[in-house]
Formats: sequence, structure tokens, C-alpha cells
Amino acid sequence: MPRETLDRKIRHLFDEIIVMNSMVEQATIGAIEALKKQDLKTAHQIINADQHINTKRFELENDIIVTIATQQPIMAGDLRMIASILEVVGELERMGDYAKGIARIVLLIGEQPLVKPLIDIPKMTDITISMLNRAVSAFVNQDVEVAKRIPAEDDQVDQLYQDIYHELVEIMISDPTTIDRANYLMWVSHNLERMSDRVTNICERTIYAATGRLVELSASDDEMISYT
Amino acid sequence: MDKIVIENLSLNYSDGTESLKSITLNVPENSITVLFGPAGGGKSTLLRVINRLNDLADVEEVSGKVLLANKNYEYTDVLDPKLDVIALRRRVCMVFAQPIVLPLSIKDNLTYGLKLAGERNQTRLDKAVEKSLNQAALWDEVKDRLEDPAVALSGGQQQRLCLARSLAFEPEVILLDEPTSGLDPISTNKVESSLQELKNGYTIILVPHSVQQAGRVADQAAFFLQGELIEYAPANQLFTNPKDTRTEDYLVGRFG
Repeated sequence: MPRETLDRKIRHLFDEIIVMNSMVEQATIGAIEALKKQDLKTAHQIINADQHINTKRFELENDIIVTIATQQPIMAGDLRMIASILEVVGELERMGDYAKGIARIVLLIGEQPLVKPLIDIPKMTDITISMLNRAVSAFVNQDVEVAKRIPAEDDQVDQLYQDIYHELVEIMISDPTTIDRANYLMWVSHNLERMSDRVTNICERTIYAATGRLVELSASDDEMISYT
Repeated sequence: MDKIVIENLSLNYSDGTESLKSITLNVPENSITVLFGPAGGGKSTLLRVINRLNDLADVEEVSGKVLLANKNYEYTDVLDPKLDVIALRRRVCMVFAQPIVLPLSIKDNLTYGLKLAGERNQTRLDKAVEKSLNQAALWDEVKDRLEDPAVALSGGQQQRLCLARSLAFEPEVILLDEPTSGLDPISTNKVESSLQELKNGYTIILVPHSVQQAGRVADQAAFFLQGELIEYAPANQLFTNPKDTRTEDYLVGRFG
């Protein structure tokens, strides 16, 4: 049952990617909540839970390798899709690492007061998670048009990152005793910024799987650089 | 549960060729076991031992055990010289690379064997025709022309007719020797699809015509090389991480 088996396996991999997406979403939102509340217990839980995301990645990689070996998706759209799934699974796992990184920072800050109220960081989180969910949904639905539109939103994340950066630098200059704590928040926003970049990679894979075009979806300049 | 148990099976042809060297292999029921490897490895010989087609070949010596389980898991010694071979072949049927249809209608191809076996009830014969054609994924294509000559069918349809003819007997084990080697990809897909359905009710042993087919259909796979069973493992493991370097070399195309 080559065709049916392969289609079933790809559907299964899509389902698992949605599960991974939700694990990453929970970890990220949980880490930011833990930061807001300075909840060290939750931060520990998120750090420990990252191994489930890593395990899921290895399980899926193994599934993909077995699928390649036994179902031979060695042509055209099948091959592009299976290669893209491998890539997307890797991107999601790295995003899980960023969430874990934020939880680690929560532990580093500990009970020291935050240097500023958290306003822009939750905003960055909301935008990034919304981009992620729609990008994964576009990937599993092979919706090229949605995938093309999402990376433009990365500009908002980049702008917030810049705002946070400048604000924190000002705080550090005015009171050098805050340098450590301000720097921790810089790392948090940096992790979120990297996460939204990886969402763009998922969108690029969606376009590649569906059309065979390898493109670089650049957020800041309104053009799409095509490599094929 | 093991449907077939093979222990230390060796077979020599009278020209001195040692075709099987002490093969030990358990075939689980309700799954597809694939025997693969380069030509002359002993795969077809092993298939032929299981339903005693080798009785007709120039075999010098067969030693070891081949046991076939019934529904109550009572084992029959397949190599017993006193065994009713005709009865065995009703339980263990064979489909060959080249479809051999009888010069009769599609329907008569299916009922011929049953009639020979004494079945006269027309309703039961009709039911067997429909059921077996459905199982072989051919019913929809031929249901309106069951009286047409079977030779008018395409190669792929003829092969599925042969599969249906075997299934009409409601065997327990289906042996397939390169059943799709002469078929186009669409027909191959149909045969492979029906095997995936059939394995729920039957035990299937298949010699594929390519490594790729082995990968697609196998639940477990056995690699044969010059009469030896080199490696036998679940397909997920054997095709991604074979333990024996000879299996690896064959799979990646270094020899064969």
C-alpha cells in the first residue's frame, strides 16, 4: 500500500508537528508567566519538560527515517515534503530550547526585583506565538499564501526587541547596579526574537514543500529572494 | 503467534547445489514476511518448500523441520512424506510472477478449483467469486463482465485474478513469488494495497521483485544470500539499521 501508507504517515507526522507546536507554545507562555510572577517552581517544571520536546523530536526524526527507508518518498512533492517535515521538527525543537532558556533566566533572576514592568516582552510573546501557530497551521495545510504573509509580522517583533533594548540600556546607564538584571531581560527578549525568526524558516519550508521554490522570506525588505 | 516454524532447514539439489543452509525462521501470522536478496539466494526455494512444490523439482535431500500451525496452534509437519500435499496446498497457496489464467471465463477461473474440490452449491460459488474478487481489489473492475474470457484482462488484472483464485479456497497462508514483477506502478500499487488488507486475515510470505517493494510492504524481512539467512528482523529496523554488513551492503547497492 505504498501511496496510502505514505499519505497516512505524512498525516501522522503533521499531527505530531501540531502536538510539538502546542508543547512549544505551552513552554513559551509558561516561561513568560513564570517570569512575570517570578515563579521559580514553574520555571523548574518548564526546564524539565523540555526533554519531552527533545524526545518528541527524536521520535519524529526516527519516524521520518523509517518512512524514507520503507516508503521511498524519493520524488518530487513527496521528497520535498518529507525533507521539510524534518526541518520543521528541528526548528520546533530549537524553539523549545529558547523557552527553556527563558525559564533558566527566571531562575537566575530569582527573587531580585525586575528592573522594569513587563509590557513589551508579553507583547513580543503574543505576536511570536500567534505567528508560530499560524505558520504551523499553514505548513500542515500547505497554504502558501498564508505562509508568505506571516514573516512580515516579524518586523513588529524586531521593533519591540529594539525598544526593549534601548529601554534596558538606559536603565543600565542610569543605575549600573541593575546591569545584571537588565541583561537577563535582554536575553529573554533576544530568545523571543530568535523564535520569531525560526517561524519565518517554517514559512519558507511551507513554500518549498508546496512549490519547490527555495525562498528567503525577508521581513524588513518587502521582497522575497528566490534561490531556485 | 507463529504460523510457520522453520528449523535448521537445509536443501540440496541433485546437481550438487546447496540451496538452503540450515535456515531457522519463524513466520508470525497475520503479517507480511518478506524474503529478499540477490538471485540464487534460496528465497524461491524456501517458498516452494513451504507448500511442497519442491516435490516436483530435482531435490536430492531436505533436512530440518517445517511446521505449519492450524487455528488451534497444533503444528503439522510439512515435510512428512505421508502428508496429503493437495490438502496442504489448499492451506498454503502460491501466486507466481507470471499470472497463469485458465482459458475460461473470469468467473470459471475462480470456481474451477472449488468445483474440483466438490463444491456444487451455486450460491456458495457465487459468494466465493464476489468475496475473493473483492479481497483482491478486482471486483469493481470486472463485476459486470464475469462471463468474459479471463485472458482479455490486463496483466495487472490477471495477476489479481490469480490472487483471487487462491483466495477462493480460503487458505491460511499466501506465498507470493515476485507477484508484481511484470506489472506497471498502478497495478503494483493495487496488488500491494490488497496485500495490506489481506494480512489481517492471512499470513503472507512474499518474495519481492525489488528492495523498494520489500521496504514498502514488509512487516518483517529476511535477507538471503547464497542459501544462507543472513538477517531477519522487523522491517523498521532492518531497512534503517541492519546489523549485518552484508545486509547493509546489499541495501545500499554495493553488490547484488
